[in-house]
Amino acid sequence: MNDDGPAVVAQGLTKKFGSFTAVDRLDLNIAKGEIVGFIGPNGAGKSTTIRLLCGLLQPSAGRAWVAGFDVGREPDAVRAHIGYMSQKFSLYGDLTVRENLRFFGGLYRVPRRDIDARMRLAVAMAGLEGREDALVQTLAGGWKQRLALGCAILHRPPVLFLDEPTSGVEPEARRLFWDLIHHLASEGVTILVSTHYMDEAEYCNRIALIDAGRLVAIGSPGELRRRELGGVLFELECSALGAALVALRQVPGVIDASIFGNRLHVLVQQAGIAADLPSLLARHGITAGPPRGITPSLEDVFVQLVSRPHDAVAGA
Amino acid sequence: MNLGRLFAIAFKETLQVWRDPRSLAIALLMPLMQMVLLGYGVSLDIRRVPLCVYDQEHSQTSRELVQRFVASDWFVIARNLNDERAVRDAMNRGTCIGAVTIPVNFSRVLASTGNAEVQTVFDATDANTTTIATGYAQGVIALATADFAARWAAAHGTRPPSVGSVDLQPRVLFNEGLDSRNFIIPGVVAVILGLIGAQLTSLTVAREWERGTMEQLISTPVTALEVMIGKLIPYFAIGLFDAAFCLAAAAFWFQVPFRGSLVTVLLTTGLFTVVVMGIGYLVSVRIRSQLGASQVALMLTMLPTSLLSGYTFPIDQMPAPIQAVTLIVYARYYVTILRAVFLKGSTVADLAVPILALVLYAAAIIWIAARAFRKRLD
Repeated sequence: MNDDGPAVVAQGLTKKFGSFTAVDRLDLNIAKGEIVGFIGPNGAGKSTTIRLLCGLLQPSAGRAWVAGFDVGREPDAVRAHIGYMSQKFSLYGDLTVRENLRFFGGLYRVPRRDIDARMRLAVAMAGLEGREDALVQTLAGGWKQRLALGCAILHRPPVLFLDEPTSGVEPEARRLFWDLIHHLASEGVTILVSTHYMDEAEYCNRIALIDAGRLVAIGSPGELRRRELGGVLFELECSALGAALVALRQVPGVIDASIFGNRLHVLVQQAGIAADLPSLLARHGITAGPPRGITPSLEDVFVQLVSRPHDAVAGA
Repeated sequence: MNLGRLFAIAFKETLQVWRDPRSLAIALLMPLMQMVLLGYGVSLDIRRVPLCVYDQEHSQTSRELVQRFVASDWFVIARNLNDERAVRDAMNRGTCIGAVTIPVNFSRVLASTGNAEVQTVFDATDANTTTIATGYAQGVIALATADFAARWAAAHGTRPPSVGSVDLQPRVLFNEGLDSRNFIIPGVVAVILGLIGAQLTSLTVAREWERGTMEQLISTPVTALEVMIGKLIPYFAIGLFDAAFCLAAAAFWFQVPFRGSLVTVLLTTGLFTVVVMGIGYLVSVRIRSQLGASQVALMLTMLPTSLLSGYTFPIDQMPAPIQAVTLIVYARYYVTILRAVFLKGSTVADLAVPILALVLYAAAIIWIAARAFRKRLD
């Protein structure tokens, strides 16, 4: 493994299942020690991309390198250098905590002199001290997920792929899980993690937005908010949300408007336009409060990006 | 191949089998049940054939003849009847499958000539049974006739007229009692091991796909060969245990004479177990659901081993094309081997051909099975 090279590279990575293109000409370049979040709706191709990078699926076109190894040609070398948590929980429920750890330790050929210390660490990380001999199927979701992470890093892999590791896990357990991820990244582990929780995206160094198999945008949360929105975002309280939405979309200078809870988010080309909006709406018989400029959330960015035609964002 | 990873897989699999009541039940109770069912249920011998007797004479001699039928243990007297029509009715109703009619002048003719006739009638609906029963009946009558003739000759001071000068005494080798059980039980052992072995391993890979653990397993550097051998080790141990149980039951419970060497039996049994488990594993790799894999494994092993292995239906009596088909039924080689080792005491050298066939089979199956497992999801 080349110590200076990027941890993960994909060039035109494509996966087709019959006529369905799950991953479409994806380019990625992830540096060592980065936490990159994969965000996108279900079926966008997040899991397929991760499986391609783990060598579990053969690419239909394009190439990818993980830890310096070609995933299509040297899948076993790739597997020795990665840790993987699949979307579905996949430890052995009929084995105990200790037995699962020992099993994966054996598969990854963790040196005999290290295995006990690493198992203790994994148990401590998962918060399972004293429950080493419990069958894994008796554990609650958060503990299972942390144990799965513990199993995936027993061999100290330089790259970790985590496919929706926190889905179905309660918020407190999710927070604990992200603490672990940050701790690993601080030790130099590169982590690619998919999620559909927008709040989790904020914990990542960079976010890759994926929709319909394509990489729609990639950048830090701040960059994405500034760059990708292409305008200034205002929040508006008003009566008749639906009617206001229709009216606003016809106003010149308004890029987009969408409903967020009981308010409207309006994206305008220049901040000056916003001040005129209440009087414009009044003409349609809609009363509106004064517009407030807001920092866009990643959800705003994502909604904006996936609503654009894809070719328009090529090169973004 | 790495021994550490192999051991990790084998140990994990052992724990799982140990904790899975279904696997354990299949592994340990099924052989017992099948040994009892097939061992007792399948017999080509005919005993206690129901017989009707129409004794027109009721003399001491006629009663002695009837008694000889009963004493042979091949027949039981279902009914004593008094006219021709009743005999026909009893056969029609299935009360008996054979009838013996002793004529009214039986003992008088016997006393004057030393030779008398009786009539036997058999229901030939089940031709096989009837052929054998007729043979037994002829035997009983022939023995009785010889005794009666000897007695008559002694009384008259002459040689009995019906006994020829050539006395044929056939000698039967290897299965002296002509007991079909001795022929069938070794085959039963082969059938049971064939079924159980494939059933056990047919679940092992499918279970991982079903529970979602396979994706994690194949994301590790483990190799296909390590997975296969590691997974088969505990089942191989169970298979040998089952084999030992069945073979012991055959020798000690069913009293099939064992004339060969234990080494020959263990060697060939190990070989057969490898073939059977390889087939189950191959099915498991191909079919990713436990139920489906178990069904396919049953189909693949049950029909060929029970019909075409020669364990009940002799292969040399089959039409030529079917005989050719049996060449690929691996169980036939093991049936042949077990029978020969049990009854003839054959050695490895005597059995070189079937053993070689099993070796080739084992090598082919293991090769195919190892290649069938792909560490990919697509």
